[in-house]
Amino acid sequence: MQAPEASRRAALARAAKVAALLAGAGVLGGASSAASAQPESAWNARAFEAKTVAEAMRALGQAMPIESREVTIVAPEIAENGAAVPIAIGSSLAGVRRMLLLVEKNPAVLSAAFDVSDAVSPEFAIRVKVNQSSDVYAVALLNDGRAFFAKKDVRVTLGGCAA
Amino acid sequence: MTQPTRIRAQTSGDRTVVRMLLSHEMESGQRKDAAGQTIPAWFIREVSVLLNGKPVLAAQWGPAVAKNPLVQLSLKGAKPGDRITVAWVDSRGERRSDEGVVT
Repeated sequence: MQAPEASRRAALARAAKVAALLAGAGVLGGASSAASAQPESAWNARAFEAKTVAEAMRALGQAMPIESREVTIVAPEIAENGAAVPIAIGSSLAGVRRMLLLVEKNPAVLSAAFDVSDAVSPEFAIRVKVNQSSDVYAVALLNDGRAFFAKKDVRVTLGGCAA
Repeated sequence: MTQPTRIRAQTSGDRTVVRMLLSHEMESGQRKDAAGQTIPAWFIREVSVLLNGKPVLAAQWGPAVAKNPLVQLSLKGAKPGDRITVAWVDSRGERRSDEGVVT
C-alpha cells in the first residue's frame, strides 16, 4: 500500500505535468490571472488544512468573499447531532464555477468544494460534521474571479468530531 | 472492501434530482480510540459524477463530510434512461465507481 503522502505528491506531480502540457499547447494561454484560473481538479491540501476562512480562501487563490443575498445556505438552527448536520448551499448568480461549504469553528474550516459545469445547477445538499456551535458559510466562486457568501449560525448540542 | 454507492436520479421537467449515498467511514482524524491514540483520518477526497460518460461534476471533500455521505444535486438536460456514474477516491487511494439510471 502506498502512503497517503506519497500518493498525494504523485497526484500533484501529475496535475503539474498536465498543466504544463496544457500551457505548452496554448490552452491556458490567457489564463495567467487568478480571475480566469481553471478550477483545480486535484485535492488542494493547503485549502483543506486551513484553520480560518481567510486562510482557506488564500489557499484557493481567492479574495475574501462579499456577503450576497444571491447565495443561499439552509441549515438547522439547532443540530442535536453534530456528526451529521444537513446543509444545503446554492446560488442564483450567473457564472458560478465553484461552490464551497465552510464551517468556521471546525478544526479545518473547508468541508467540501463542488466544481460546477453547464450540466449541473450550483445547488448542493450534503451532511457534514460540525464540531461546536459555529457559523457555516456557503461561498460561490464566479468565472470572473469574484466571490460571494452567505452564512448561518448553527448551534450544536452534541459535537461532531468526537462523536 | 468498499461498498456500492446508491444512486437515485429522478427527472421532472428539465431538472433531474440526483441523490447519492456513498458508503464510507469518513474518519475525521480527531477521534481517539480506547487507548487514547488518535484514529488517523480516512475520508473520500474526490468525487466525480458523469452523465453518459461525460464528466459533469467534480467535488473535493475534507474529513468534515459526515460518515456515509448523502449528497443531493440537480442536473440540467438529463433524460430518463441516461446513465449516471459516481466515482470516488479516498485518502488511502482506494477507488470505487458505481452506476445508476435516470428515471
